[in-house]
Amino acid sequence: MISESASADRWTQRRTRKAARLARAARYIRDGRFAAVDAVALLEAILEPGDRVCVEGNNQKQADFLSRSLARVDAQKIHDLHLLISVLGRPEHIDLFERGIAKRVDFSFSGPQSLRLAQLVADRKVQIGAIHTYLELFARYFVDLTPQIALVTADAADSAGNLYTGANTEETPTIVEATAFRDGIVIAQVNELRDDLPRVDIPGSWIDLVVLADRPYAIEPLFTRDPEQIDDVQVLMAMLVIRGVYEKHQIARLNHGIGFDTAAIELLLPTYGESLGLRGKICTHWALNPHPTLIPAIERGWVESVHCFGGELGMERYVAARSDIFFTGRDGSLRSNRAIAQTAGMYANDCFVGSTLQIDRDANSSTATLGRIAGFGGAPNLGSDPHGRRHPSPTWLEMASGDAEIRRGRKVVVQLVETFRESGVPTFVERLDAIDLARAANLDLPPVMIYGEDVTHVVTEEGIAYLYKAENVDDRRAALAAIAGVTPVGMLRDAERTAALRRSGVVAYPEDLGVRRTAASRSLLAARTMRDLVEWSVGLYEPPARYRSW
Amino acid sequence: MIETLEIVNQGGAPIARRAHIGVVASGNCELLIEPTSEPFATVRIRTSVRGYEDAWRAVVARFFERHPIAARIEIDDFGATPAVVALRLEQAIEDAT
Repeated sequence: MISESASADRWTQRRTRKAARLARAARYIRDGRFAAVDAVALLEAILEPGDRVCVEGNNQKQADFLSRSLARVDAQKIHDLHLLISVLGRPEHIDLFERGIAKRVDFSFSGPQSLRLAQLVADRKVQIGAIHTYLELFARYFVDLTPQIALVTADAADSAGNLYTGANTEETPTIVEATAFRDGIVIAQVNELRDDLPRVDIPGSWIDLVVLADRPYAIEPLFTRDPEQIDDVQVLMAMLVIRGVYEKHQIARLNHGIGFDTAAIELLLPTYGESLGLRGKICTHWALNPHPTLIPAIERGWVESVHCFGGELGMERYVAARSDIFFTGRDGSLRSNRAIAQTAGMYANDCFVGSTLQIDRDANSSTATLGRIAGFGGAPNLGSDPHGRRHPSPTWLEMASGDAEIRRGRKVVVQLVETFRESGVPTFVERLDAIDLARAANLDLPPVMIYGEDVTHVVTEEGIAYLYKAENVDDRRAALAAIAGVTPVGMLRDAERTAALRRSGVVAYPEDLGVRRTAASRSLLAARTMRDLVEWSVGLYEPPARYRSW
Repeated sequence: MIETLEIVNQGGAPIARRAHIGVVASGNCELLIEPTSEPFATVRIRTSVRGYEDAWRAVVARFFERHPIAARIEIDDFGATPAVVALRLEQAIEDAT
């Protein structure tokens, strides 16, 4: 018979190993804290070769003190780590592989490091487990990719280790939950130690160690678009979306991407949208970061609620002063949460409008280009028709298909692109670069951002292809060609067929929607400069210095 | 190095008046359209971006499909996309007819 204590040991080995790791680092730890100067030595004491380490590289804030420290550990001692990271965005994330500290990575997005990542793959210095969407990566933290160590970041901690994450909570609670409740070790870097936290975002009993970082965590204003840079073509495309998609399908609940064309949509709501009498009928509920360009629509009473993935630099005071609109804590500041906003965007939104670099004849889209492994982020979730959805809404029902007795609704998934990108490169292509990239990078599947079968509408400056209305593959391709301009795909346009598709409503040109091309002008924008946005916000929006020309 | 491209389109109705559209700015173009006594249209494009002759010809051909006019058109291009060029042509014809 096995003794009770031996049996207990057998089933609590994770806890025992965690205690042993912390004991190895005991000399650096005092009251749950350690000093920034000891960070490298502490990591060397706690980590073991082959560990799964989740580094908080969010879309916005970065645990950069901890990632810089991790990149300085002795690779003789600590090597072959398996890095889990949603955004592989900082130079030292790549250094981990160049120095041999890490060997394998599972991630979502690598935007700024996409070139170096492709080089690492070519040099065989990294093994990519998979490129995920945010939600599926978070999901795997709770199944087969649970971290042994998590390196996260917060605005402030108190002496009990409670964390305050301010406007940028993002995915910290998700990472901490997965690690803390599976006997992993959670290490948090903070900008500030204080005992009067404005609110507790993550309880101290989930946090093992806290360090005051050498400087505040890195963060970029990724969702700020200067209205000055919006051009007439983007205004035209925004008018087409408002008229031909939002008004037509009564889109109230939505997310759209961050581009100058979607910024134009936000800035046209109080002007063009108002003239169409659409206030209160469209664009009322959003899963969206706090876009500064949404300020005029909010001020004019268009928006009822916005749930945010993360925060946006400069928007803190404005958001706090508009707590009827945004999700805020008792302290008044924004509470964001990426996992929840992604879930909201996927299941509770009726529409997603995104952009891409390439679209093929079947409306498959990709941001992958040869020599760059950029990843996905959230678009594949937000821009998919979720098969698990069951609740109806006017839009979802209007898009329903199926036979008379068994019908299912459908999400509106829009790709909004100019036919050519700035460099004169066509957006519409015969074959996605993603196919060759997959071969070159040894990926199991080509990294398709949104599959054509999920795309219901493609909008260009030429018009709208209502792909969901096409009766067969040939009609879908013809509809896409009809709005693909003078790209190689667009040159396949057939005049007679296009006329028939326009008559049946599968293709609409601006004149079919009552949109005058010549009316598309920057003068329609509710704000034409950053300064206009500040004025709309009654001085509450404080743009970062780089956006101030005054 | 500036490249000049000339396109002639046969036939078409005369336009009423001269019009000037667009701006001198990167990614944009400036466009002048004038009546002509000739029974055809000429388009003269000056561009610093080389290698997009096919795209220019296709954009202009599609414009004349929609608007069969006789006119003299001059375009100074500063790296405009086909979308911008097509929009400027539409704006010009609206002002000129």
